[in-house]
Amino acid sequence: MLPDLLIALTMLSNFSLVATSRVSKAIQFAVLQGVLLGLMPLAMGLGRHFHIVLLAVAAVTVKGWLIPFLFRRALKQVHIQREVDPYIGYTVSLMLCALGTGLSLLLAHNLPLKPGTEYVLMVPASLATLFTGFLLLVSRRKALTQVVGYLVLENGIYLFGLLLVEDMPALVEAGILLDLFVGIFVMGIVINHIRVAFDSTDTRHLAELKD
Amino acid sequence: MSLYLLALLAAAVSGVPGLFLRRRGGEVAAGLLGLAALLGLTAALRVLAGGAGGTLLLRTAALGAPGLLVLDPLAAFFSIPVLLLSFCGGLYGVGYWEGHRGHTPILCLVFGLLTASLLMLVMASHALTFLLAWEGMAIAAFLLVMAEDREAETRRAGWIYLAATHTGTLFLFAAFALLAKVQGHWGFGALPAGLAATPGGTALFALFLLGFGFKAGVLPLHFWLPPAHAAAPSHVSALMSGVMLKMGILGIVRFLSWVPDPPSWWGGTLVALGALSGILGVAFALGQHDLKRLLAYHSIENIGIILLGLGLGTLGKATGHPVMQVLGFAGALLHVVNHSLFKGLLFLSAGSVLHATGTRDLERLGGLGRTMPWTSGAFLAGSWAICGLPPLNGFVSEWLIYLGAFRGLGLELGLGRQAWPLVILVSLALIGALALACFAKAFGAAFLGLPRTQAAEQAPESPRTMLLPMGLLALACLAIGVVPALFAPALERVVGVLSGGALGGGTLAGGETLMALAPLRMLTWAAVILALLALLLGRWLRLVPQGRDLPTWDCGYAAADARMQYTASSFADGLVRGLRWALRPVAHLPRVAGWFPHPARYESHVPDPALDRAASPALQLAVRGAGLLRVAQGGALPVYLLYVLLTLLALLVWMVA
Repeated sequence: MLPDLLIALTMLSNFSLVATSRVSKAIQFAVLQGVLLGLMPLAMGLGRHFHIVLLAVAAVTVKGWLIPFLFRRALKQVHIQREVDPYIGYTVSLMLCALGTGLSLLLAHNLPLKPGTEYVLMVPASLATLFTGFLLLVSRRKALTQVVGYLVLENGIYLFGLLLVEDMPALVEAGILLDLFVGIFVMGIVINHIRVAFDSTDTRHLAELKD
Repeated sequence: MSLYLLALLAAAVSGVPGLFLRRRGGEVAAGLLGLAALLGLTAALRVLAGGAGGTLLLRTAALGAPGLLVLDPLAAFFSIPVLLLSFCGGLYGVGYWEGHRGHTPILCLVFGLLTASLLMLVMASHALTFLLAWEGMAIAAFLLVMAEDREAETRRAGWIYLAATHTGTLFLFAAFALLAKVQGHWGFGALPAGLAATPGGTALFALFLLGFGFKAGVLPLHFWLPPAHAAAPSHVSALMSGVMLKMGILGIVRFLSWVPDPPSWWGGTLVALGALSGILGVAFALGQHDLKRLLAYHSIENIGIILLGLGLGTLGKATGHPVMQVLGFAGALLHVVNHSLFKGLLFLSAGSVLHATGTRDLERLGGLGRTMPWTSGAFLAGSWAICGLPPLNGFVSEWLIYLGAFRGLGLELGLGRQAWPLVILVSLALIGALALACFAKAFGAAFLGLPRTQAAEQAPESPRTMLLPMGLLALACLAIGVVPALFAPALERVVGVLSGGALGGGTLAGGETLMALAPLRMLTWAAVILALLALLLGRWLRLVPQGRDLPTWDCGYAAADARMQYTASSFADGLVRGLRWALRPVAHLPRVAGWFPHPARYESHVPDPALDRAASPALQLAVRGAGLLRVAQGGALPVYLLYVLLTLLALLVWMVA
């Protein structure tokens, strides 16, 4: 019951993510999503495996504390509040997100699951989160919102990994977490450099770098 | 085998100490290459003397083949020029690279890697190891060609080479894939009888011929060769021309050794390509003023001679005439080693000329024989050998092919094939005569007469580290030329491999040996008699009263100067004009107008039609075609991410639906 609730909340937070124009709001939703997913293994009743508990703690710490900390610092440096004028508007984004969620439900329906899996919502939710992340990456203009998209994308992958969490070595999960942390860390630095170089964090300017 | 692998290792790391040493890195590299040569030659000679080779197996179960690296007689035979030339090149490089300090250690390192790739390539017996070593060789050679990348001409040569070599590799990929499909695994081994006559066999032959033809520089595919050889540092040119081109031949030879029953038209094709490469190669060489380009075209000519021998051997194999088979293959294989020796020698001495005068242009040289006696001696020895004059080694291998073709004239070959031996004979004769003319021009223009520029007048003789390798190669040329009988048993063993099971072992068909088919011992006596005659002639000339010492081409005119002598172009002009239909020389004639005309220049050169008319336009077309893809590169990150998303979606839908 509890896992299904968490999954539903995750899917709902996807919609809020694409619909909000405030950068800080988007960050909050992404962080919330990360924490929700970090709690997932415990909700699934996997608390008896020590390495999974460790992983859940690590996920919650990284996504709930370390990454928001990095975001806050970046936000303070670049002074932006809103994502103005995205490539794809908020209404259209919301519709696309709904479309993606529907498509993932359709796709997941045809995907063969491991026999005995009780969480049927897991695959569609992970695909929907993945699409949302991609949508954010593709449609937003500010570097910071793109990082949020990247974070959401990773959340989707994490959710998919939960399906196999009992069989997957902890190393893989730990690798994903480390990847995420380093990615956001580096992007925080890059964003600052973009601002210094172009006097704005609009990634459109990066197009000037093509050969 | 382990000795050989040690040699490979030594060659591969030969440049590493140079990266850390402040000085003498080149010497250390040359020393390691010398060690590699010593170890490798020991191993190779042991195999050629009849000792057991070895096989390296590396978890071959996964790759489905009996072995990855095999040291068989063929590998041992082809490793000899690799080892000799890389050592000579490494030693030569010490003096040659003294001038530009820039990235010498890196180039030394790459030179060692090239050697190691070549050593691995010769004994590769699996498509994987073969292609790995093949690519290693191609890329290492590319880096070495680009050594002087500040010059636009060098960069152009490098890119043309890279494009050509990869096109060839593309054909090889197709060929090996087809081979794996036919025999069920990726290893090398004898193909089933009857395969050669099927369409699959024909496709294999065509693909291998194309792929290896690019590397060997067979005529329409040779266009990368002259610019790359001219642009590369001279000892690299020596290694490329002497050894790397031979890897194309090695590939063809390996393929021929797998086929028990080649159709006779394979032999015909090889002969036709050989005749084309040989005759046109030397014809184009005649038109060159650039010493190294001239030598590069001669490499094409010699590849042609090797192909003539291989074609003769294949014809013999197809029609069941061991005499033609043995003599053709023996001549071709011996010419592989011979060409690497004398072409290495020629490129090294051409490099010395370049090093001393700073130019490769024959029209700016002249009279170097006086200031660079050793270098000119080395160049003369190389020229002598490449023209196929006794008593040097070029004569022996060409003589074997001549002998096989003459024997073939009297044999029953079947309808339509009777003409092939005649074609071989006529082409060989034509090639020999033109080569002689060409080297008379090259040697005469560079080393005889009066110096045409100040640089040529003041050219210093090269340091000893550069002269020593040349002496070594010249001695090797002489040894094979004077006592070829010494090398016959080894050659027989390799020919045995190439001829397939029917002629395996120490003796060839019907108990006949190469010695019986070709009276090699007679050559020794002929050489001795020739030497005695030369000595007598020299004595006699000294007895004749001497005339006065006058400048060359003086002809009784009191104020002779360097501009009055024959130039390289004018020397070759008659022949170039005669071959105008093939060479299409371009002349820039000055326009002389008015009563007091300005100073005027006359210039003529022979461009390469394969490069200028075919390869270059094709490349440009490809580049323009690739430019269309630029549309996809918008520069906007979200668009790139969109590509990823769309791919992901498409994959998901494709997988699930």
